[in-house]
Amino acid sequence: MASLDMDAKGGPKFVGDPLKIPQIECGAMADSKTFAAYPVHNEDLGFPGELLDNWKEVAIAKIGELADKNRAFKVYLDACVKCGACTDKCHYFLGTGDPKNMPVARQDLLRSVYRRYYTFAGKYFPWLVGARDMTREVLDEWYTYYHQCSQCRRCSVACPYGIDTAEISMAARDILDSVGVGQKYCNEIIAKLKKTGNNLGLNPKALRATLEDLEEDLEEETGIAVKLPLDVQGADILLITPSADFFAEPHIEGLLGYAKVFHASGVSWTISSYASEAANFGMFIGSYENMREVSWRIRQAAKDLGVKRIVFGECGHAWRVGYSFLNTLAGPFDFLDQNYPIPQHIMEFTSDAIDDGLLKIDKSRNDEFVMTYHDSCNVARGSSMGRKQGGQFDLPRKVIKAVCNHFYEMERDTIRENTFCCGGGGGLLTDDLMDLRIKGAKPRMTALQQVTEDHGVTHMAAICAICKTQFSKVMPKYGYEMDNVMSVHQLVANAVILDGQETEADVATAEDTP
Amino acid sequence: MVSTVYAVLFYIATLVLVVGVVMRVINYARTPVPLKIVVSPAPRTRKGVWFRMFREVTLFESLFKSNKWIWLFGYLFHFGMLLVLLRHFRYFQRDVWGWVEIIQPFGIYAGFAMVAGLAGLLFRRIFQQRIRYISDPSDYLMLLLFLGIAGSGLMMKFVNHVDIIAVKAFMLGLMRFQIGEMPRDPILMIHLGSVVSLMLIFPISKLMHAPGVFFSPSRTQVDNAREKRHISKWAAELPDLPEGIPEKKEG
Repeated sequence: MASLDMDAKGGPKFVGDPLKIPQIECGAMADSKTFAAYPVHNEDLGFPGELLDNWKEVAIAKIGELADKNRAFKVYLDACVKCGACTDKCHYFLGTGDPKNMPVARQDLLRSVYRRYYTFAGKYFPWLVGARDMTREVLDEWYTYYHQCSQCRRCSVACPYGIDTAEISMAARDILDSVGVGQKYCNEIIAKLKKTGNNLGLNPKALRATLEDLEEDLEEETGIAVKLPLDVQGADILLITPSADFFAEPHIEGLLGYAKVFHASGVSWTISSYASEAANFGMFIGSYENMREVSWRIRQAAKDLGVKRIVFGECGHAWRVGYSFLNTLAGPFDFLDQNYPIPQHIMEFTSDAIDDGLLKIDKSRNDEFVMTYHDSCNVARGSSMGRKQGGQFDLPRKVIKAVCNHFYEMERDTIRENTFCCGGGGGLLTDDLMDLRIKGAKPRMTALQQVTEDHGVTHMAAICAICKTQFSKVMPKYGYEMDNVMSVHQLVANAVILDGQETEADVATAEDTP
Repeated sequence: MVSTVYAVLFYIATLVLVVGVVMRVINYARTPVPLKIVVSPAPRTRKGVWFRMFREVTLFESLFKSNKWIWLFGYLFHFGMLLVLLRHFRYFQRDVWGWVEIIQPFGIYAGFAMVAGLAGLLFRRIFQQRIRYISDPSDYLMLLLFLGIAGSGLMMKFVNHVDIIAVKAFMLGLMRFQIGEMPRDPILMIHLGSVVSLMLIFPISKLMHAPGVFFSPSRTQVDNAREKRHISKWAAELPDLPEGIPEKKEG
């Protein structure tokens, strides 16, 4: 099987197997170091600003605390038999060959320390079970390799006991934070959200101006006053969407899609300036308290605006928190309309709108695109949609097929519950990890290349802000254009024709008529 | 003397195994699960979860999907061992149950399946680069211990017959707290000694994966977070966060 050739003539070239297992290369990614957080941001999140003097004791105690507070952590550390089924499942291992990126080896970085201090065998026979002391080197190694896990859970699907490396990696980051070793990207963003309500630090005024600009664009395109309402009291629906939807491409196009769907469905909706962020980076750092605080804003915004429903925009990890955790962290939502799921995904909303015949669709308007769909990892393995098991796979495909004529699936072992992470999830979407991100995207890019060769696929749709940003950044490294990644609701926006909207066809007919 | 040593060892090992596993299981059961972390796609009902877990423990479904070789060897080993264990019931019963009689021939040959599975797993652990990387000494020793048990057992059956009547009498005696005479057969002593070791290390080793799989939240939870609020005790006791939105300012 051929593999990626970065030095091929005319840019990197690759054909072959997205699941190809590399030879082990020890230490290949040992130098990958994401920037450390500023002390002020660690403190904003309730952590020590800098490495504590007694960090070792604190870290060891924290392991015990987590084992007592979280069954998953304890059982996963105990139950692994090192069978090896997960070893070839991580996209970072497939992309880098560094053995510490094999899920079980990543877990072992922490498991070895847990065994040393919390198990009989590790206390008295450390050499027998690979137990090791907590040292500065171990701490640094954690920082390096737990920031090479995007918490995508692909390994958990493969494990006979469902051991989820994401849980271990979140716990490790929680321990690191609790001794004063935070990561800049995540902690700075959470601190920003606590001040402004979103990860970008957009203040309400700037947000309003942005939304007004987008309304103008929409009116120019359609001739219709489609609104993007902000802080509207008494609206039916509160839209919680990743703040990237307000400024990044192709995210914005997705936001315009939601606006058109809401408009065509005739519902009243609003964005909140207080909770203007769907993403919850508290999950990335494994901090229940921070995750709860971020989620709490959504509850308060919904109460304050008096909405009846909450709908989430296209955002992967956000939807995991929304679907699986929100009710726990900020519930019960007894003040909302119980006839709808709380919260609901925009894909569920659009799917229902299609079923109810509320959308006038011209599929041919997407004929220039030959599409495939990338299942975002946290949507695929950490959430669901709709009324049936597996709705998180079926609904986006249903919507895409409802608005596009040309759709092809990528290889079976790289989609649905076996999907790859984009390479930038879980708090790794930062420029200081660009090398890792490019390598981690390799399995997905290889699978995409296959369908490009086999079916002429030109574009890949996704429903995650991180996927979209990551792909638009790394796709050029693999011979694609930045805009070859699209929002699913971008396709919807293209195909939906609003009532009274003048289309090119109408214009052409009008010009033909004397 | 030898009989007494083995008898005492068996009593201690049984105590350690039962108390150790029960304590650990109680500890697992009492440890809270703060969040819904089910790995989806997952059943939306409790019944569905039972079905999922049934497939996991009887078919090793996830392992089958992720690695056919490990599945094959693991399955041969585990289900070979299950049959062998069931066959061994006869040594602990004065009047042997009918179904234990029926499975005797299968149980005997299952011993070979068990050895084949173990050999396959050991081979992979030694020669498959990735698995060798993640293996600690205990991982090899565990396989060797099982191989020792299975190998010595097969030896007694097919090579060097042990006085099985005497062994059964010894075992039946132990169950009534009467220490009789154990045959002085070196292979039997290896066999029973390894079994005792296995029982002793069970609760403090990775063998706890057997009860552990039933406490793995990613598989045992029901996918119904939106319909039913999941909250752990310690999380419910966290101090309330402030209600309301702090004064809104735009600018």
